[in-house]
Parts: sequence; C-alpha cells; structure tokens
Amino acid sequence: MTVDSIQNGIVIDHITAGSAMRLYELLHLDELDVTVAIMKNVTSRKMGRKDIIKIDADIDIDLDIIGYVDPKATVNYIKDGVLAEKKVIKVPERLVNVIKCKNPRCITSTEQELKHIFKLTDRDNKVYRCVYCEVKAQ
Amino acid sequence: MRSIIDISDLSVEELQELIGVAEDIIANPEKYQDACKRKKLATLFFEPSTRTRMSFEAAMYELGGNVISVSSAASSSAAKGESVADTVKTVSCYTDIIAMRHPKEGAAYVAAQNASIPVINAGDGGHCHPTQTLADLLTIWREKGRFDNLTVGFCGDLKFGRTVHSLITALARYTGIKFVLISPQELKLPSYIKKDVLKRNGLQYVQTMDLESVMPELDILYMTRVQKERFFNEEDYLRLKDSYILNPEKLKKAKPDLCIMHPLPRVNEISVAVDDDPRACYFKQVLNGKYMRMALILKLLKEAGTI
Ligand SMILES: [Zn+2]
Repeated sequence: MTVDSIQNGIVIDHITAGSAMRLYELLHLDELDVTVAIMKNVTSRKMGRKDIIKIDADIDIDLDIIGYVDPKATVNYIKDGVLAEKKVIKVPERLVNVIKCKNPRCITSTEQELKHIFKLTDRDNKVYRCVYCEVKAQ
Repeated sequence: MRSIIDISDLSVEELQELIGVAEDIIANPEKYQDACKRKKLATLFFEPSTRTRMSFEAAMYELGGNVISVSSAASSSAAKGESVADTVKTVSCYTDIIAMRHPKEGAAYVAAQNASIPVINAGDGGHCHPTQTLADLLTIWREKGRFDNLTVGFCGDLKFGRTVHSLITALARYTGIKFVLISPQELKLPSYIKKDVLKRNGLQYVQTMDLESVMPELDILYMTRVQKERFFNEEDYLRLKDSYILNPEKLKKAKPDLCIMHPLPRVNEISVAVDDDPRACYFKQVLNGKYMRMALILKLLKEAGTI
C-alpha cells in the first residue's frame, strides 16, 4: 500500500498532532495483521500540523475511543478507492474497557473480570471518572 | 432494585421522609417492633467495623427482623478469593437486604449491580459511608430543627475524611449554609470538592488553620479523627494527628447552642472533659444512626415489595 491511497479501509484524519500513537495503542491496532500507516506531523492547511492513521482493511473500530482521545478527528471509510462514509465523532458519555482505573484502592484492582467503566462528568473539561471509585481518569 | 451507595442517591425529599420516619420510630417504637418480622438482614463486613455492624444489627432487631452476619474477612469466602459479585449473588438467595462494608472503593456499587436484593453501603474504603451521613443529618435536625442558614465548621482531616465530604455534599443542597473548613495545610478539603460541590452550588466557605478564631461563629462543629491508615507514612501521621484537639478551654468562646459532632471512634481529638458539656452531641449521633438505619431499611424493603 502506498500511504496516500487505499482501496478498502479506514482513514482517521485530522488527528491532533502527537495523538496518533495514543490512538494506535487504545484501538489495539498493533494487534492487527493488516497494513497500518501512521503519519505524524503532516502539514495541514486547517490545522498546521496533524496526524493521520490509515488502516488497509475494513475493520470494526470503536469510535468512542477516537471521541475520547480526539473528538476533532474525522473517520472516513473507503470502499473501492472512493470515500464511502464519513463518521461523526462525539465525546462519549461512557468508556467501557478503554482505559483502566489507576486507583490502587479501587475495587477494579481486585474484583475478577470487572469491566473498567468511566463516565463523562464534566463535558467542558472532558473529565471522566471511574464509575466505581469516582476517581478521575488521568 | 434500589440500593444506597452514596448519600446523593437520596433526594432532599427522601431525606426529609427518612427523618420523619426516624422521629416517628423514636416517638412510637412499639409501632415498628414487628415491621420487618421474619425478614433477614445480611451484614457483610469484609473489613471490621464493630460499631457500624452493631448499629445495623440493632436496627434490624428493633424492627423485629433477623440478622445473618459475616463479620471477618479472614473467615469468609472473600479470603478464598471469591468476588464481591459472586458473594452478593449467593447472599441474595438467603436474605432480604444487605449492609456491606468493604475496604475497596466502589465495592458497594459492584454489590448493588449484582445483588437481587437492596444493598446499603456501610462503607467502601475511603469512598462513601452514606448511613453515617444519615446519622449526622438526623443529629443536626434534632438539635437545630433545620438544614438551612447554618454555619458549619469541619475540623481535622478534611482531605481523607469521607464523612466530611459526604456531609458537605448533603448540606450543599440547602440554602444559607456557610462552611468553615479548619485543617492543617496537608489535610485541606480536596479542590475537586471545593470546585464541584461548593463553587458549583454558589456556597460560601472559608478555610483556616485556626480553630479558636472561628469558634464564636459556629452553629455546628464537626470534628474528625486523623486516621493512620489514610497516610502513606508514619512521620506525617505523628506530626499531624494532634493538630486539632477540642477541649473546654477552646469551647469558651463558642455559642451556647453549638452542636459538637464527631463520627467516632475518637482517638484524642476531643478531650473527655468535653463529654459532660451539653453541647457534646457525638453519642447522640450514634443513637441517631441506628434510627436512620431503621428508617432506611424500612424504606428499601418497602420499595422492593418485601414488606
Ligand atoms: Zn476506580
């Protein structure tokens, strides 16, 4: 694949410069056996600098993760070389098994197979709190 | 299934309703002596807290109910690694309502999500302890007859003191409340509570390190213990634990109808000499706790259709 054209897959565009690696990790793109291209610090007329991720396969990605990391990013689904769908990204109300609670006193640290769930408690400042211990996500 | 994890799970109207029931229990105890006949309360205490457990058990007995008690983490299935979820699913098969104490924050929420009967949080680590707040609220109500237009001082460990955070959250819903926050620099009220609770509700508060200077203006003085287990090192604990000790000398400038409260047990933050002062309300608080637990058990069992 060349980095600027894919036939069938997903392009995550307009990622805030520097955020691509975090998205790559949280979306578990490292676990895929398809071609994934990360472009960092691409010159953008709108944003100055931006990151782009291209995935050369039509996979299921959790848009909530993108909304959590970078709600200004855009997600484009490419089919047969043309743009098939553009997804609207929103800051998600809940995050399930996206990030982990770091509070050592939280029940999530001991209870078997408990989902790590965070709730958006302050939209303006994008504050998420663990639903169990209510400690802020870092 | 309705459970109570945090004091904010109860609306202002519901609090008033619980207070009404508690006052009726105090006035007419015989009316309630069979209210929970043949019903069972499970007290699941994954960490020891004798007084809270006794309060729940006394509450259930006075309602004519029975108690099944698991009081030691070491002897229970939790020691064998059974999850909170599995434990409460099992306990739901045997009893009608659960009061649970657990060292981990959020454990009560997990219990409530998995139980098929009501769960009352009897303390989940440093997180919440709503029935203590119910005891505090009934005490304020019985001593002052109102929840508005009060100057409430909190003294001691305001950083880790969950009873303080919870009572501030509960009182923040009333009007004309002024908070006076008295603590050493290291144990100040966390900024998120100041921001999310006090500033958001437009409440007045002052912070000070000096108890004596603010004493004359207080209607309520809520003392707290400086708990060793909330500290990460012994030196800090030893340095700070004696910072604020209430004694008759310091009370000289206080209002004649001041209400002195403490969640108990005390270590030494209130001198024993204060106990004889009519303004000392901390043992009344203990009794009020039992009445509010009775009112809460009744409410939840009624809502669940059990009684
Ligand atoms: Zn947590």
